[in-house]
Amino acid sequence: MGPLKKPPPVRRIVVDDEPTIVEPPKGPNGAGQTVEGASALLSAPRKREGKRGTVKERMRTDELGVAYAGKPAVKAVSLPVNQGEVLGLIGPSGCGKTTLLRCLNRLVDQTPTATRSGTIYLDDEDVDRQDVTELRRQVGMVFQQPNPFPMSVFDNVAYGLRERGSRRPSRAALRPSVEEALDRAGLLEEVKDNLTHPALRLSGGQQQRLCIARSLAVNPEVLLLDEPCSALDPRSTTIIEELVMKLRADIAIVIVTHNLQQAYRVADRVGFMYLGDLVEYGEADQVFGAPKAKRTREYVSGGFG
Amino acid sequence: MSTHATEGRRRGLRAPKLPRPRLPRRDRGLLKDEEVVPWSIGDRIGLAAAWFSGLLLCAIAASIVIYMLVRGLQYVNLSAIGQHPIVQSTTTITGTSGGYLDPIEGTLILTTLGILIALPIGVATAVWLSEYGRPAWLARAVESGVEIVAGTPTIVLAIFGLLIFSKSLFGFLSFTAQGGAVFGRSFFIAGIMMSLIALPLVVGSTREALQSIPAHVREASYALGKDKISTIRRVLLPASRKGIATGATLGMGRIAGDTAIVVILLGASLTLQPYGNAPLVGTLRGTGSTLTSFVYANSPAGEGNSPTKAYAAAFVLLMIVILMNFVVDLFSRQRSDPWAR
Repeated sequence: MGPLKKPPPVRRIVVDDEPTIVEPPKGPNGAGQTVEGASALLSAPRKREGKRGTVKERMRTDELGVAYAGKPAVKAVSLPVNQGEVLGLIGPSGCGKTTLLRCLNRLVDQTPTATRSGTIYLDDEDVDRQDVTELRRQVGMVFQQPNPFPMSVFDNVAYGLRERGSRRPSRAALRPSVEEALDRAGLLEEVKDNLTHPALRLSGGQQQRLCIARSLAVNPEVLLLDEPCSALDPRSTTIIEELVMKLRADIAIVIVTHNLQQAYRVADRVGFMYLGDLVEYGEADQVFGAPKAKRTREYVSGGFG
Repeated sequence: MSTHATEGRRRGLRAPKLPRPRLPRRDRGLLKDEEVVPWSIGDRIGLAAAWFSGLLLCAIAASIVIYMLVRGLQYVNLSAIGQHPIVQSTTTITGTSGGYLDPIEGTLILTTLGILIALPIGVATAVWLSEYGRPAWLARAVESGVEIVAGTPTIVLAIFGLLIFSKSLFGFLSFTAQGGAVFGRSFFIAGIMMSLIALPLVVGSTREALQSIPAHVREASYALGKDKISTIRRVLLPASRKGIATGATLGMGRIAGDTAIVVILLGASLTLQPYGNAPLVGTLRGTGSTLTSFVYANSPAGEGNSPTKAYAAAFVLLMIVILMNFVVDLFSRQRSDPWAR
């Protein structure tokens, strides 16, 4: 587990009631109960068998809350984001997963109706005290829909690198960084001969990997993936999942997904969100195999959502 | 087409008996003859009316083009394109015209000038409305301002322009008489008012293009640490190129086809009458004519009364405008939202 802090206490949710924080129940009838429905899930092949590397905390949210026009979307969530492992956020639609993700690079500031409370730390520094440009270079993000910009493959990757300082780097100067980013995203072999082609002509899976390369080009510390595979076919999904596995050693990765099997395949640690609460947080095997909260148990066994 | 077929199947198998239903080839044989319910009388009348109006419009368009083609080609005379109109007086429409070199030049100058003014202002307005648009009351005011300009008859714009640009403040834009009276008519002035015709079209289609860009594309740029200005400059404007081009071409077509502003604000001299010695600026400060005012002057309603010239010039004008519409069609045929899957 490494130098991890204790996971946050589990919240108990009763319908129509404020969730209460309880210590995980002990004993055979509470925690540790295996989930029947999850057995199929647990037998699925896993990608994260490889060594996890050194785990190091990079980001942390402290009592993070977000409300849209007064309506709470994320309620007092405290959770660490570690380098060297993948954090999967699961939960039904509209339960605050994406909102939580968008807080981590302060993209939620772009929504005029959103108000945020609590603190987010990147390497123990409050992100609100940082320059937002600098923060977003350190915390990259990939979206649900592949969204390359209407320019060439090269310019897409170079986009984040340009206009960084006062003078713009030349094409030749950028070429090594662009090719390195494309290589890390596993796209270089496919596009190296047509870097000047329009990015929007690539296939959906290639576009999404280009978006990952675009984020990697600025050497982020944390990479946020917001359902990156939901618009892709299974083959592209597999490629991207393998990519995530490869990247997790150097970068802290948070992935939001609706697909429980994907979460099981790629995540080392899982947070289950329900109605804005972080209901459960823990090792993927524990959350899927022996969830502590009743809601989690119902969700991972396909009871609702 | 396939959705239509499935809908038909779902909704109790209503399909036309007269004319015979033409399902897509792969759907034929799905319905047996006895399953085909005949259309009601109202549906038949509706169908007939829809066919009739569609065909009528095609017929009207075709007859305009063919008539102008026949009449125009009858009188259009390539050497006339290169000839100046014959002029007796410089400031009134009296010439029994010769060629129409000057009107063609006038149309080109005025269209270029008008769109050059309208394009930056229109794009900037659209960017502000779409990307900033705050405070909301100001955005609403700007929107209704653009709508009012779009709805103003061009003759009103022309009179208004004459009123404004005859002030001595704007003397540098046109001819000033010895007593200090400003003529208030020139290519500059007509071009400025013409830009108001094109402006709403540029604003409208640029704005539509900007708004069709999904929010996540903007956010992807912000997520790379870019601010709003560089996002607009590097991502949003390049992505709306087609929309901007469509608006500009539509606007140019409207400018080329407008008559009222030319008749009132271009000085009604059939030939280009530069004012001053500066080569380009002199022409722009001077007066002239365009194809529209030339057609008007030579039509039976105008003073020239030389309908054959009018037909020929109208034909040239029609060709220019049709060409522009064709270009717009080319733009709009391409996919407008490349991010949609």
